[in-house]
Amino acid sequence: MSQENKSAGIPLPNIFDRPANTVTLTINDIPVTVNRNSTILEAATKAGVHIPTLCHLALDGFDIHSETSSCRVCVVEVEGRPRLVTSCSEKVVEGMVVRTDSPRAIRGRRTNLELLLSNHPRACLTCAKNLDCELQKLARDMSIREITYKGERKRFDIEYSSRAIIKDPDKCIMCRRCETMCNDVQTVHVLSALGRGFDSVVGPAFHADLGETTCTFCGQCVAVCPTAALTEVNETSRVWRALHDEKKHVVVQVAPAVRVAIGEMFGMAPGSISTGKIATALRRLGFDAVFDTNWGADLTVVEEASELVSRIQNGGPMPILTSCCPAWVNFIESQFPDMLHIPSTSKSPMIMLGAMAKSYYAQERGIDPDSIVVVSIMPCLAKKAEAARPELSKDENQNVDIVISTREFGHMLQEIGIDFPNLVESDFDSLMGESTGASIIFGTTGGVIEAACRTAYEILMEQPLERVELTQLRGLEGIRSGTVMFGDTPIRIGIAHGLGNARRLLEGLRSGEYEFEAIEIMACPGGCIGGGGQPYHHGDMEVLQDRQRALYREDRNTPLRKSHENPMIRRIYDEFLGTPYGEKAHELLHTHYTAREKI
Amino acid sequence: MSHLELDMSILEPGLLAELDAYIESLPDPQGSIIAVLHKAQELNGYLPRELQLYVARRTGLPTAKINGIVTFYSFFSEVPSGVYTISVCTGTACFVKGAQEVLDRFREELKLEEDEPMTEDGLFSINDVRCIGACGLAPVVRVNERIFGHVKPDQVSEIIAQHRKEAADAS
Repeated sequence: MSQENKSAGIPLPNIFDRPANTVTLTINDIPVTVNRNSTILEAATKAGVHIPTLCHLALDGFDIHSETSSCRVCVVEVEGRPRLVTSCSEKVVEGMVVRTDSPRAIRGRRTNLELLLSNHPRACLTCAKNLDCELQKLARDMSIREITYKGERKRFDIEYSSRAIIKDPDKCIMCRRCETMCNDVQTVHVLSALGRGFDSVVGPAFHADLGETTCTFCGQCVAVCPTAALTEVNETSRVWRALHDEKKHVVVQVAPAVRVAIGEMFGMAPGSISTGKIATALRRLGFDAVFDTNWGADLTVVEEASELVSRIQNGGPMPILTSCCPAWVNFIESQFPDMLHIPSTSKSPMIMLGAMAKSYYAQERGIDPDSIVVVSIMPCLAKKAEAARPELSKDENQNVDIVISTREFGHMLQEIGIDFPNLVESDFDSLMGESTGASIIFGTTGGVIEAACRTAYEILMEQPLERVELTQLRGLEGIRSGTVMFGDTPIRIGIAHGLGNARRLLEGLRSGEYEFEAIEIMACPGGCIGGGGQPYHHGDMEVLQDRQRALYREDRNTPLRKSHENPMIRRIYDEFLGTPYGEKAHELLHTHYTAREKI
Repeated sequence: MSHLELDMSILEPGLLAELDAYIESLPDPQGSIIAVLHKAQELNGYLPRELQLYVARRTGLPTAKINGIVTFYSFFSEVPSGVYTISVCTGTACFVKGAQEVLDRFREELKLEEDEPMTEDGLFSINDVRCIGACGLAPVVRVNERIFGHVKPDQVSEIIAQHRKEAADAS
C-alpha cells in the first residue's frame, strides 16, 4: 500500500463500484478477478498460468481439500513480500502483484523440488507408478537433470502384509494427502504422521500392519498418493500363471465401473463405454470364460430386494443396508459393531458370481470346481481383501481366487500390446454374461438402491413399475435421501458415499434423526466409479461425472432394465437355486458379519 | 514389520482409575490430550502401547493420532526409564566445558549402551538433553530434579553411589 493512503484526508480508492466479494490482482502481468477468498493458485488457474503442486488436493464437488503446504513446490513471488509464499494457501488481496516466472520464484520451486528428490529413491524404471507419478512428471516438467543435494536418505520397511495395499514409506514425500482422505474424508483414522523431523513417517499407530488396524482397504489413500508410497498389491503375475496353466479353467468377470474407466488408460475420453472391447480383450488374454459381474449384480438385486420385501412383510429389522461394498462392510464391522443386524446378508455381486461359477457353471459344463480359477477385475482394492475372507468360500475353496484392479487390467493389456481403442466389440459368454440396465448402475452412488427398488417394487406390488428411472435417488451429494412410493406406502431411502458421510448417516440413524426403510452406502466418493483401483483421476473430478453419466447412458440403452427380467437369472432360479431368498440361495449367496475390535 | 501384540492386562486397575478420574475432571479431554498423556506418563513412568490405546479409547481419539503425538514430543517416552533419570546437558556451553566426557563416563560406569532404556537393576536411565538453561554451572547434570554443577568425569562414580545408597535406604 502506498504511503499516502495511510495518512488521513487522502481519498481511499473507491471500492464501492465493484462487487465487494471480488479481488483483482495480476499474475505475470495478467490481470485476473477472482472471489475474495481465493488462493493465488486458484487465481493463477483462472488466469491460465500453471503452478505446479504436489501436496495440494482439492476435489471440487466433493468438498475434499488438503492444504498442508508441505511440499513447497508451488512457491511464487509476491511484490512487497520478503519471502516466497506458497500459492496453494496464500489468499489473494486487492492489487496483489504475483510473479510465478521470475528467476527467484523459479529457483525457489526448483530448489524445493530437488530437496524432495534428494530424499527419494530413483527407481522410476521399475516403480509401480512409472509414468503415473506426479513427482516424476514434475521433475520432467521442471527439466531437472541433476540432483545437487547429497546426503542421507530415509529407509523404512515396505509393508506388503495386507492383501490389498502396499506401503513403501521411502517413496513418501510427506504431502499428507492420504491422511486427509483416511481421517477427514473417510473418518477411518488409521494414518498419522509418526515421529519427528527426518525420522517422521506416515503410518498406522505403533507401525502396525494395515491388516491389524481398522483400515477398510477402500484405497482412497492410493487414489490420491502423488508417488508410489501407497499402491495396490499387484496380482497380475498370479493371473498370468493361471492362464498359462493348462489344468486350470480360468473364468473372468468385470465390474460395471471398469467399463466406463479403462479406456482412459488408452487415451480414450473419460466416460467412453468399453463393454464390448473388454470382452474381446479378455478372450485375447486367454480366459476360458468371459463373464460379467453385472450378471452377479442382477442376482444380488433379486436376493436383496427379496430380503427387503421379507423384512417389510415381517416387521424388520429396518432399515436394510446394501452390502455390496467391501470397504463399507469392513467399516461397519469395526466402527458400528452394534448395528450388524441391519446390513443385507446378500453377498456382493463379485462373490455371488464366483460362487455360481464354482457350482452352477461347473455343474452345467461338467467341470471340476477345484480346477476353476475365478479372476475378478474390479475398480476397487477392498475387493482383494474381500476375496480372501474365509467365510466367502465353500469347502475351503474361495468363491473368488484373484482380484485385479482396473489399472492392473490395463497394464496386462499394455504388456501384450493390445490396441484397446481399436478392438472389435463382442459379447460376454452366455450363462453368466447377460445383464440388465439395473446392474450397470451398480457402479455409481445411488445405483444399487435404485436397482433394488425396481425389483422390490414389482415383487411387493405384483404390478409393473412404469417409471424405472428413480431420479430422486441420483446425484453426487455426499448424503442424499429420496422416497419411492410403493403404492400408498412411502419407502424412504438414504444414500451416502464416502465413509465419513456413511458415519454421519449411521449416527443420525442411531440417534433417531433419520428414519429410513433402506440405505445404500458406498465407501468411495462417487461410488465404484471413484474406486481406489480405477485409473488415476489426478484430482480432476469431471472424470468421475463423465463415468457416472456413462453408466446411466448405458442403463438407458439396455433393453431390459429390471434385474428380475434377466432371462438367465430366471433360468438359474428355475434350474438350480429354487426360490429367491430360499434355502439353497441362503447356502450359496448369503453371508454373515463379525464385530471386529482393532486399533 | 512387527506383529502387534497388545496385552491390556498389564495396565494396573488402580492407575487406570486415577487416570479416569483425571480425564473426567477435564471439561474437554480431547482438547487437553497433551495434559492427559502427561498425567498417564506421570502415573506409569512411561507410555507403553497398551496405555496409549487405553487413552485413545477413553478419550475417543484415534490411536494413530495419540501415537503420533507421543512420538512427536520428546518429553513422552514409549520405553520405561529407571528410578533415576540422569540428564547430561550437551548444550553448547556444557559441551564446550566437557559434557561429552561426563556423559561417556556415566555410560561406562553404568554399562549402559546408547539404545538401552535403563540399567538391569532398573535404577538408572541416561538422557542427553539440550540446554537446560543453567550454563553458569556448565557442565551440568540433572538427576531427576536434583542439579549437579561443574561436574568433572571423576565425580561421576560418586554421584552414582550417592543415588544407589539413597535407593537402598528407601527400600
